[in-house]
Amino acid sequence: MLDDKDRIFTNIYGLKDKSLKGAMGRGHFDGTADIIGKGRDWIINEMKASGLRGRGGAGFPTGLKWSFMPKESDGRPHYLVVNADESEPGTCKDREIMRNDPFTLIEGCIIAGFAMGAHTAYIYVRGEYVREREALQRAIDEAYDFGLLGRDNKCGWDFDITVHHGAGAYICGEETALLESLEGKKGQPRLKPPFPANMGLYGCPTTVNNVESIAVAPTILRRGGAWFAGIGRPNNVGTKLFMISGHVERPCTVEEAMSIPFRELIEKHCGGIRGGWDNLLAVIPGGASCPIVPAADIIDCPMDFDGLRAVKSSFGTAASIVMDKSTDVVRAIARLSYFFKHESCGQCTPCREGTGWMWRVMERMVVGNAHKREIDMLLDVTKQIEGHTICALGDAAAWPVQGLVRHFRAEIERRIDEFSRNSDKDRPMLVAAE
Amino acid sequence: MSVRRLAEDAVQPQGFAFSEENAAWAERVISRYPDGRQQSAVIPLLMRAQDQDGWVTRAAIEHVADRLKMPLIRVLEVATFYTQFQLKPVGTRAHVQVCGTTPCMLRGSDDLKAVCRSKIHPEQFHLNDDGTLSWEEVECLGACVNAPMVMIFKDTYEDLTPQRLEEIIDLFAEGRGGEVQPGPQIDRHGSEPFGGLTSLNSDAADKGAEGGATGGPAQTGASEQAAGAGGAAATPPSQAGRPDTHAAETDPTIASPGRSVGAAADQRAENGASTNPSAGAHRPGSGQTGGQRQGPTGAADKERPEITTANARGDAGRTDGSLPSQERRAEESLIPAKSRPGEPSGSSVSAHGPLLSEGDRGEQGTEAGRLTEDTLPGPMASDHFASKAEGAAEDEAGTLETRPHHSIGQKPGNLLKAPDGAKDDLKQIRGVGPVLEQKLNELGVFHVRQIAAWNSEELFWIDDHLNFRGRAVRDRWIDQAKALAGQSSSSTVG
Repeated sequence: MLDDKDRIFTNIYGLKDKSLKGAMGRGHFDGTADIIGKGRDWIINEMKASGLRGRGGAGFPTGLKWSFMPKESDGRPHYLVVNADESEPGTCKDREIMRNDPFTLIEGCIIAGFAMGAHTAYIYVRGEYVREREALQRAIDEAYDFGLLGRDNKCGWDFDITVHHGAGAYICGEETALLESLEGKKGQPRLKPPFPANMGLYGCPTTVNNVESIAVAPTILRRGGAWFAGIGRPNNVGTKLFMISGHVERPCTVEEAMSIPFRELIEKHCGGIRGGWDNLLAVIPGGASCPIVPAADIIDCPMDFDGLRAVKSSFGTAASIVMDKSTDVVRAIARLSYFFKHESCGQCTPCREGTGWMWRVMERMVVGNAHKREIDMLLDVTKQIEGHTICALGDAAAWPVQGLVRHFRAEIERRIDEFSRNSDKDRPMLVAAE
Repeated sequence: MSVRRLAEDAVQPQGFAFSEENAAWAERVISRYPDGRQQSAVIPLLMRAQDQDGWVTRAAIEHVADRLKMPLIRVLEVATFYTQFQLKPVGTRAHVQVCGTTPCMLRGSDDLKAVCRSKIHPEQFHLNDDGTLSWEEVECLGACVNAPMVMIFKDTYEDLTPQRLEEIIDLFAEGRGGEVQPGPQIDRHGSEPFGGLTSLNSDAADKGAEGGATGGPAQTGASEQAAGAGGAAATPPSQAGRPDTHAAETDPTIASPGRSVGAAADQRAENGASTNPSAGAHRPGSGQTGGQRQGPTGAADKERPEITTANARGDAGRTDGSLPSQERRAEESLIPAKSRPGEPSGSSVSAHGPLLSEGDRGEQGTEAGRLTEDTLPGPMASDHFASKAEGAAEDEAGTLETRPHHSIGQKPGNLLKAPDGAKDDLKQIRGVGPVLEQKLNELGVFHVRQIAAWNSEELFWIDDHLNFRGRAVRDRWIDQAKALAGQSSSSTVG
């Protein structure tokens, strides 16, 4: 288990002083100017050496992403955009960072901005996080007053942070859709290339990072990439905010070491599964878009990118949705299908039509009003959507359904059998003539 | 997607104006964005308008469009795209948004919805009898570890039970919503596990952070670990961001429902034969995880008529079932060597051979005279939209046969070095603008009669050199030119 001294978010529950003074007392903003003094290349190399992989779900190495920004500005400004549009069902970590430990994020923005030559950062907060946005804005104001932001600040890098917000569109968590939304348009993803590092916000070089990726950067640089890389398994290093929701005794958000086994995570922090381990049915391990994993596979699985890939799912944002045996698993996935149907932006036909199609079939499967061959047809549809859309929402909508059929086909077939068995029940009983 | 429309005119108010305070706020928000990028403020402004009026009215949309100097339709797009904007009036005292997505559903949001149905209205978005309350089911609100939860205006009420929600709704209905403490409704401060902290429960947390900051224990042996760290970074990033979605059920070699394996093979042969071969070839393995094709699809190869000759050199790779090689074979089998681009074209038809199908070509052999420009695909057929799925196939094709542009069509014989007398105004032809006219002049086309004299092959050549995706063919320049030439000659005569 991770020691408290190795935890980056020391006030994630908001039980301590949230002010700048309190944050500095916990070590934030310690030597920020020195870090910036070491130069851009040092920062990027240290980030690469830390092995930090983006915390937004795709797991792209953060240091590498920063290095994609042009070294010299060609006259266009560079922008850092922080993706705080946290809408993946099951995920609620950025919320805690913004409302309880916002200075980690602010300091991270300054350092990341310096590393990519950006003087401006936009933090795009999802529209529903009103109080979180207010808390973040308060913290930014405080940092301005203290001279940590703005022109000629104490950090040695002129920097401005603007908080922007959305209005309830899951798709705006996709980086190019987020940029569109930030430009005041409807959030429909752009084709890539050009990549945001060349043509991003307002046509300028832009890097989009998740809140957690940015917020852990200052501590990594203070303590050294080697410290961060020493936690967890190779390729899956560092600390991570895990969110455990659903049927555990005590759902919570907690910072833990990567690669912690699922059983240990639940036992240590969540008080076990509701009704004991034998009552565990399945887990969606990384947020709504990750395929479901049955109990037997997940119990001793290390919670990291490679560990979950080995069980045909993915790590996503480390948001575990735990289901015990009382769960109507088909309905749980059907509800996710509805979510994706609701959130499809409508740009690509396979996703716009396919998500609705999948949802309608899933709704019939919940009650068993289907043919068994439709299970295969449903899978075929998921394959028609996956990989045929501009952004990954189509894929994300397809994976949960694929995961369900992979592991719970028997359950779906049982319902179909039951439905057809009961279908003629209310007919009058025929009596033989005498 | 969800269909969202503005409220009917009957409920739309006549006008909208920001209150003085909000107007000043709006100015500040607009000034945050770079010059010329004021459009960025559209979502904050609309949200403020909603806060002011309770919902987004048509007048507010017009006002915001006016203020940001945006076309009205763009603001309308934004207002209807983002689901947080209420386009119809909602309850004045409370609009209860119940999160119904799976994490909340697992913890009992169905019961919360039942409470809303019984206490407010059986239907979402409908006002209760007093017009003070309404409710809706929303998608994940991002407080999953505090499920189930509702959001009322700006605050969230978490860790709810149906009884607690009833109490909260009652308080809001009486206009005493302010008395309810937002956040978790059980003995819990935020997202920590209730019943006691399992982490950050020692003061060591603070000291630890300071220790780290001053180069504490973590720094020791940093140089030694640095190698390991570098090693970690040097390991190529795994594919773990995406789940491995390959499954026996969705193996591309298995026919989808309603099609037997044999039928699938037929389909494949048909695909190969009826469309651009490379486009047909990419399809069966389109999934990223498609991997190798094995087994029964070989049937498709057997059915191809020309496979024996064209595939002679591909035989060595016969056992290699990988997609690219199959694609290559499919292509080779379908495109006779003589008709590949880059080699001298035998006839006007075979010059376009690679773009046409096997079957069509056979037909053309006998009925070539029937063809018009319209049925020929024209140079634009060689344009590729290199989509994600097609990318690999196109790359393959690109390396196999470089497609020189100049091979398309036939150079017109009547190009001139200089205009023969005064040059015609080529802009008379529909589809030709100043730019195209200049390009045409550069190629040596100055007169309408030159164009009128071309055959379709020559038109293809011109079209290709204009780089305009088949505009010349589409707009029937030759027909137009003939018509124009007829007019002008008749007019000069007359």
